[in-house]
This record gives sequence, C-alpha cells and structure tokens, in this order.
Amino acid sequence: MTRAVTRTGRGSRGSTVSLALPWPVWVPAVVAFGLIAVPVAGLIVRTDWPNFAALVTTDAALDALWLSLKTGLTSTALCLVLGGPLALVLARSNIPGLPFLRSVVLLPLVLPPVVGGLTLLFLLGRTGPLGQLLNAWFGITVPFSTEAVVIAQTFVAMPFLVVSLEGALRTAGERYEVVAATLGASPLTALRRVTIPVVLPGLISGSVLAFARALGEFGATIAFAGNLQGTTQTLPLLIYIQSQNDLDGAVAMSLVLVVVAVLVIVATRTRDVSGVR
Amino acid sequence: MKPLSSYLRRPPEAASDGSGLAARVTTRRGGFTLDVDLRVEPGEVVAVLGPNGSGKSTLLGTLAGLYAPEDARVTLGGRVLLDSADGTAVPAHRRRVGMLSQQALLFPHLSVRDNVAFGPRCAGRPRREAAAGARRRLDDVGVGELEDRRPAELSGGQAQRVAIARALATEPELLLLDEPFAALDIDAAPAVRSVLRRLVRDTGQTTLLVTHDVVDAVVLADRLVVLAEGRIVEQGPTAEVLARPRSAFAARIAGLDLVTGVAADGGLRTPDGGTVFGAASEPVDDGEPAVAVFAPTSVAVHREHPEGSPRNVLPVRLAALEPQGQVVRLRAAAVPQGPPWADGLAADITPAAVAELGVEPGDDLWFAVKATEVSVHPRSR
Repeated sequence: MTRAVTRTGRGSRGSTVSLALPWPVWVPAVVAFGLIAVPVAGLIVRTDWPNFAALVTTDAALDALWLSLKTGLTSTALCLVLGGPLALVLARSNIPGLPFLRSVVLLPLVLPPVVGGLTLLFLLGRTGPLGQLLNAWFGITVPFSTEAVVIAQTFVAMPFLVVSLEGALRTAGERYEVVAATLGASPLTALRRVTIPVVLPGLISGSVLAFARALGEFGATIAFAGNLQGTTQTLPLLIYIQSQNDLDGAVAMSLVLVVVAVLVIVATRTRDVSGVR
Repeated sequence: MKPLSSYLRRPPEAASDGSGLAARVTTRRGGFTLDVDLRVEPGEVVAVLGPNGSGKSTLLGTLAGLYAPEDARVTLGGRVLLDSADGTAVPAHRRRVGMLSQQALLFPHLSVRDNVAFGPRCAGRPRREAAAGARRRLDDVGVGELEDRRPAELSGGQAQRVAIARALATEPELLLLDEPFAALDIDAAPAVRSVLRRLVRDTGQTTLLVTHDVVDAVVLADRLVVLAEGRIVEQGPTAEVLARPRSAFAARIAGLDLVTGVAADGGLRTPDGGTVFGAASEPVDDGEPAVAVFAPTSVAVHREHPEGSPRNVLPVRLAALEPQGQVVRLRAAAVPQGPPWADGLAADITPAAVAELGVEPGDDLWFAVKATEVSVHPRSR
C-alpha cells in the first residue's frame, strides 16, 4: 500500500509505472543490440585516422560520393513525383484489384536487389523488349548509364515512400477532405491545401527512408548499371571494389556512409516517423 | 401558426418551385430502406429527430453530396443538385451546402483564422478580405482572441465555435447540422448551442438539423420531422409535435414534459399567467419565447394537495394509464379550475405506486415537480 503510494505519488503528471521485464528477455536483447552496434564501433576503431582525409578525397571517392548524392536525390524526387500519386490511389481510390496492386508495389522490398537489377536489364537492355524499341526509335541505350543508376535506385526505394505515405493517408482518413469539400474546395484544392499538409510528416519520413535506401543501393545498380567511375560507380560500389585490394580506403568511405545514415535517422526521428502528430 | 396539413407531403410538381430545399430520397442499404420526402423553406430551421439507424446519416450524406442513392431528387434554391432520373449529381464542393458535425474537424495545420478563411479563399476572395471576414466571424462566436492559435490548443467547446464560424463563413444556401453538440462536455454544450441559435436566427440561415436530443430540436428548430426506420412518421411545429405526439414512437423519443411560454424571473410564464418554476440552462432574456422541460420520472403524483417543498404543484385529471416497461406513464388532462397547459403532461411512476394510489382514468390528482428538476430553454417563436 505504502509502496504503491510512493510509486504513483511521483507520477502525479501521469507518468506510467512500467512493469518489470522477465529476465530471459534481457540476454537476447543485449546480443541483438551488440550485433548492430559492435561492427559499427569496430569500423570506427579500424579506421586509419591519420590518412582519413586523404582516403576519402581521392578522385574515385569524390566522384562516387558526388554521384551517390546526385542519383540518390534524383531518385528520391522521382519516388515523390510518381510514388506520391500511387500512394493516393492505393489509399483513396476504390478501383478493383487494390490488394493485388499493393502486393506488387511491395515486391522490391522482398526481392533480392540483384534480381531487381536483372529484371530491369531484361526489360531495358539492348535486346530487351522495351530497350530494343528505345534503341530503334530514339537511339537511347539505358543500361550502364547514370540514368540506369537512377532507375535502379527508384525501383528499390519506391516502396518505402509509398508504404509510409499510404499509412499516413489512411491514419488521417477522408474526414478532412470531406470538410474541405463542404467548404467549397475542389478536389485539387483539397489535395493541395488539406491532404498534403495533413500527411506532410509521413511524406517527409517516407522521402528520407527512400533517400537512405537509394544511397545504399548496391545489387540492382551493379546488375543493371555496372561499375564505371564517374558514371555509374556509386559509393557502395566503390567500397565493395576497394575492399578487394585497399581495405583502409574501403573502411574510411564506409564510415562516410555510416555518418550519412546516422544523419538520416536523426532527421526522421525528430519528425515523428508514424506520420501523425 | 400554420395548419398541420400545410407541412404534409406535397405533390411532386410543387417540390421544385425554386426556393428552399426539396429532397426526395429512396434508398435501400442491406435490409434497411430509407424513404423520405422533405422540404425546408428558405430561412426555416427543421430538425430531423430519430434514433440511431433511422437513416439520418444517409439523408445528410445525400444532401451534402457524399452519397448518391439509387433513387433521389434534391433541389436547392431552384438548382437541381441530384436527380437519379437523368444522372445529375452536382459534386459536394459546388452545392453550397455547409456541414457541421459532432467533431469540429478543424484543419490541424492551419491557424484558427485560416480555418475560417478557408471557405472564402476557395471561393476566390482575396487573402486580406478573407482574413478580415474570418476575424469578424470569430468575434461573432465569441472566440475572436484565439485567432492565432492552432486547433490543438483549443478546448472542445472553443473548437466547435470555430467550426461554426468556418461553416457559416461560406454563406451556405443550406446548413446541415449533424448532432453538433453530442461530443461536447455537458457544461460546454448549452453555451455553444446558444451561439449557434443566435447566428442561425439572426441570418435567417436555412438549416437542417439532425439529432436524437430533443433539447437541440426545441432550442433551434421551427419544425420537427420524426424519422423512424427510414420513414417520416410525424412532422409539424416543434412544440406541437413534442407536446402532443401522435405516434407512439414520437412520444417515446420525445419522452419529456414540455410547457411553452415566455422566460420570466425564476422560470417560465405560461400564456394563462401561471408560472413554472425552474432554472434557465442557457442564457435567455425575460419575455423571450421559452420552454420549460422536465422528465416524467421527476413528477410526483398525489391524491391530495402535497405539503412541503415542491414549487410546482398543479391539479390534473388522469386521462390514461400507459404501461412503459418498468414504469407506468400517467397521462394528464386539464381540469377546468387548473392550468390548461397541464393537458398531455406525463408522469412516470412504478406499478407499486399506481396500486397504492389506486388511481384510474377520470380521477382528479395533483402533479408535483421540484423547481430543480425543471430546465428552461429559449425556443424558436
């Protein structure tokens, strides 16, 4: 009785008293955390700090970093422009076959990226059905170009944006749009002035996740775009190549990607990931 | 007062004479059929009263343009909004039909002022003009000082006041009210209701109110339409329908004793000069049309004039005994020497009390009600 009073007495502003976790939970939890944190910490220890600046500013490294940022931002923009409307269709329309469409959109999440890259190559390659037409009509060859990098990244990153935006749209519901309509807002005005602002947190966190996924893309890129310095060699590709002969350089550039990833997580965490305030 | 017959179903050719709302809606959803023919004259406030599942939401959705039943025709001010015969369906945003529901649903990303300015901005008003108009509307509903707040910083009553201002800012041809006070605290509801009543009355706003709360209808509506299982079972001037319900259903949902008159110090003055003692539940000026409301369960029944505290004691003649589940409802008729408004009042007492009193129709009795059980509300005309 007395204990209960002292415990809840502190939480007069509504802090909850958490129940004790059973002990078997703790050991695997610590192992799981260690599995993620220890290798990253090891990377920091292993880094050749005196030569760090030189290692990350080689021509190849700077080219790869610049290409990664450029293609990552471009594919994020593509995800927004194409995936945003797709999320709206999935969340708001009542066309037949929505569950099927939704599972197709999720495919790049579960498919090995290399397989994704190969499917793109089969479609858009010089002998592929679409690639043949593009080559014959416009003289365009897609594979092994910077455009191919962007397409591969958009392919793998799209589901991240669509899923988080669709979730935000469903949570917000249609009630605000109904109110907007009774106030005289056309569907386009309601979309612009009500729907988008209401789901903005979900839109931002979805974009950040898509950017992070695009930045780390490896398998689909190497299968579809190849590994040409300055054109298709993004940072993950360069790190993989370097790790075969120059481990110090690979470690230093890996650290750059870790820093970018941490920045992304901080950016998403400060805006609520769930998409609702 | 208009004769009742003038409110009854009109022939179809009169249903589109170019003014007010005329709506004929027939729809089937699952095992449920809604079949309603409804008119709201310009400037009139009509309340649709009915229990959950009586088709109120379907009716409102049809008028607002959120739902298109298979067989319906809706005209507003001469414009055809919906006609299933030729496929006409004006989209919600071009109907000039405003809506206020239980939840205020203020846009969370806009300030209070921008919420109210939203409608006028959609109608193409310049930004500054819309903002100035919004400020005026907010003053009208008594929350002018909150114009820069975000909706998350408002109480439920404040948010609903802003929602009222926002709905009226578009100057809708028809205002739909969907249980607008149901989600408010019991303390906040009367003041918000009073604000809405004043604005709707002052501007002659054509309004259709849907509710299951009799008090909402009494305070706001000129005319009452009782809906049960998808059909209109009764309609007429509010006080008339509630005081003398002709259908068993209306009597049950009305379920309250009402006495009309004008507000007076300490309660309500009846047309014959008597007084019903009670407390005003919301601001009402002396001399303003008002109605005293009390529950039949709060009425005590006596053989002899009771001694002691009850302020309201009136002689009645027992007209009927109606069993109502756990209680027996005693229906009163006026006696020559007593107040005429006692006619139709109900008292609910237990079967044991009925046996103890040994009453039967035709007996002279006394009804007693404590002043604390009587609430006085303003009423429409």
